[in-house]
Amino acid sequence: MEHAVFILWAYLGVAVLVAALVLYVAWDARRVAARLKALEARGIRRRSAGKAS
Amino acid sequence: MTLDAAAKKSNWFSRLAHPGQFLSWSRPLVLPLAVLSALLFAIGLWLSFFASPEDYQMGDMVRVMYVHVPNAWLSQFVYGVMAVSALGTLVWRHPLADVAGKAAAPLGAVFTALALYTGALWGRPTWGTFWEWDGRMTSTLVLLLIYLGIIALWRAFDDQLRAARIVAIVTLVGAINIPVIKFSVDWWNTLHQPASIFTAKGPRMPLSILTPLLIMAIAFTLLFLTLHIVSMRTEIFRRRAETLSRQAALSAEAN
Repeated sequence: MEHAVFILWAYLGVAVLVAALVLYVAWDARRVAARLKALEARGIRRRSAGKAS
Repeated sequence: MTLDAAAKKSNWFSRLAHPGQFLSWSRPLVLPLAVLSALLFAIGLWLSFFASPEDYQMGDMVRVMYVHVPNAWLSQFVYGVMAVSALGTLVWRHPLADVAGKAAAPLGAVFTALALYTGALWGRPTWGTFWEWDGRMTSTLVLLLIYLGIIALWRAFDDQLRAARIVAIVTLVGAINIPVIKFSVDWWNTLHQPASIFTAKGPRMPLSILTPLLIMAIAFTLLFLTLHIVSMRTEIFRRRAETLSRQAALSAEAN
């Protein structure tokens, strides 16, 4: 394959950055959900919690 | 439109706008979108490496186009989403608009960085240089800087509602860069090729090259939609957690 190094580096770079982005979004979602759960477990409730989900 | 129809439409819109409702209807979308995106990536990658012919000018380097063009397209599309969200914040005060804008900014920054990175790797063998200060490349670099500026601006404010207004104004001002990117190849002499997909005479490439390109573009777009929904949900939960933390601090102070 002609210019294989450039093609492989392009795909490798995209794969690494996209994987990092997906992992970051998933990690951030879990971290924030855990923080909210911990606050609710302490009995703290939003004032509007009864009106909206 | 009858009053009844108008009321139904307004009701549908307000239900959509409610963060709690968004959390309900968006949850079942995440997994199917992620699976569809992964499936299209698998098909697109197979077509890119094993079914796509070499280009008569660029040879095998045409394969870089299958990751470069979708990222370049998303770099502008995501900014479009942010500009509409900015209008939603300033004009309609839509409760989800600033959430959508804030969640989109880091995603847009990554897609723009990838467009620049793959473009540089594509440019070296075809143009003889990784970088040239021409209209298309410079305006795309400016777009990346705008994304980074917007992310920094969100983080600079504790009061997210105040930040939302300021970021919305900056986002709308920055939107002037999108037509500059789009038409830079027509306005200035540039190394970058002109538009070859959305032209008045239709796509200027064979179906064997257009097919993997479109499949990869759809796969990347679905990936963005999946990550955007998850990030919006996270942002709503983050704001709820911050509200609860403040409430807890106030109760502790009162006792």
